[in-house]
Amino acid sequence: MRSLPAAPAPLVVGPLTRTDLVRYQGASGDLQPVHHDEEFARAAGYLTPLSLGMLHAGLLGGWAAQWCGADNARRFRIRFTRQAFVGDTLTCSGVVVGQHDDVVELELTCVQQDGETVAQAWATFVLPPDSEEQL
Amino acid sequence: MVDSSALGAVGTPFRLDVERGKIREFVRATFDAAREDGCATTPPTFLTTAFHWQDAESDPWELVRMDPARGLHAEQEFVFHGPPPRAGDRLVGTSRITEIYEKTGRRGGTLTFVVMVTEFCNEAGELRAESKMTAVETSQVPT
Repeated sequence: MRSLPAAPAPLVVGPLTRTDLVRYQGASGDLQPVHHDEEFARAAGYLTPLSLGMLHAGLLGGWAAQWCGADNARRFRIRFTRQAFVGDTLTCSGVVVGQHDDVVELELTCVQQDGETVAQAWATFVLPPDSEEQL
Repeated sequence: MVDSSALGAVGTPFRLDVERGKIREFVRATFDAAREDGCATTPPTFLTTAFHWQDAESDPWELVRMDPARGLHAEQEFVFHGPPPRAGDRLVGTSRITEIYEKTGRRGGTLTFVVMVTEFCNEAGELRAESKMTAVETSQVPT
């Protein structure tokens, strides 16, 4: 049976700043103004710029890749369930929900400081052979 | 209002060169500090950076005409056929609108779902990865 190392500590990010959002927008190329333009965000009915669902996806994906190895990722699916804003603190973590042969299935969650779920994700990784695994 | 005639629309193929500096930038922006020194492999959501490579001809999303005030990104999925892309890979992406369908929301009103799939092939034309975006337009401004 191929084994998985212990899960890393949960990733805690925040309180989210405007700079965090701008840096992600520049990296991803999604420049929608509601995520950095205060006036635009207010006109859309928000008090502060809206965080990006794909930033939360990136946090969960990176955390899972740190645990299972980026090269081993085969599927990552995320459902966005709640909006987050500048000032929110997000905690990302996950658990193994299935393992068969060399494939492991993870369920990941990103929660706000009040415990509400911002996003839920499911990831599939292949496990590399253990270095000491007997053939 | 979603234009259902966008179903089946296909963008022109676009290039996406995977670069180490871009991976590092993305890794830093997603607080993946543990991997900053090893940025040869892309993290699971990296292909969202196709934003930097697509234009009006290669991105059929504009044809959907979703109302930005009522539209939400509902789900996103990435599938990798083998290891995810690595620095130095030269990919060709093709986006198409694959599904448009309606559901009745929990509070009444119509929800219109739109799915866009982008396929990424390597230089040999082999399918390496797929990105699937699901967006939803509500019949009233979300609260």
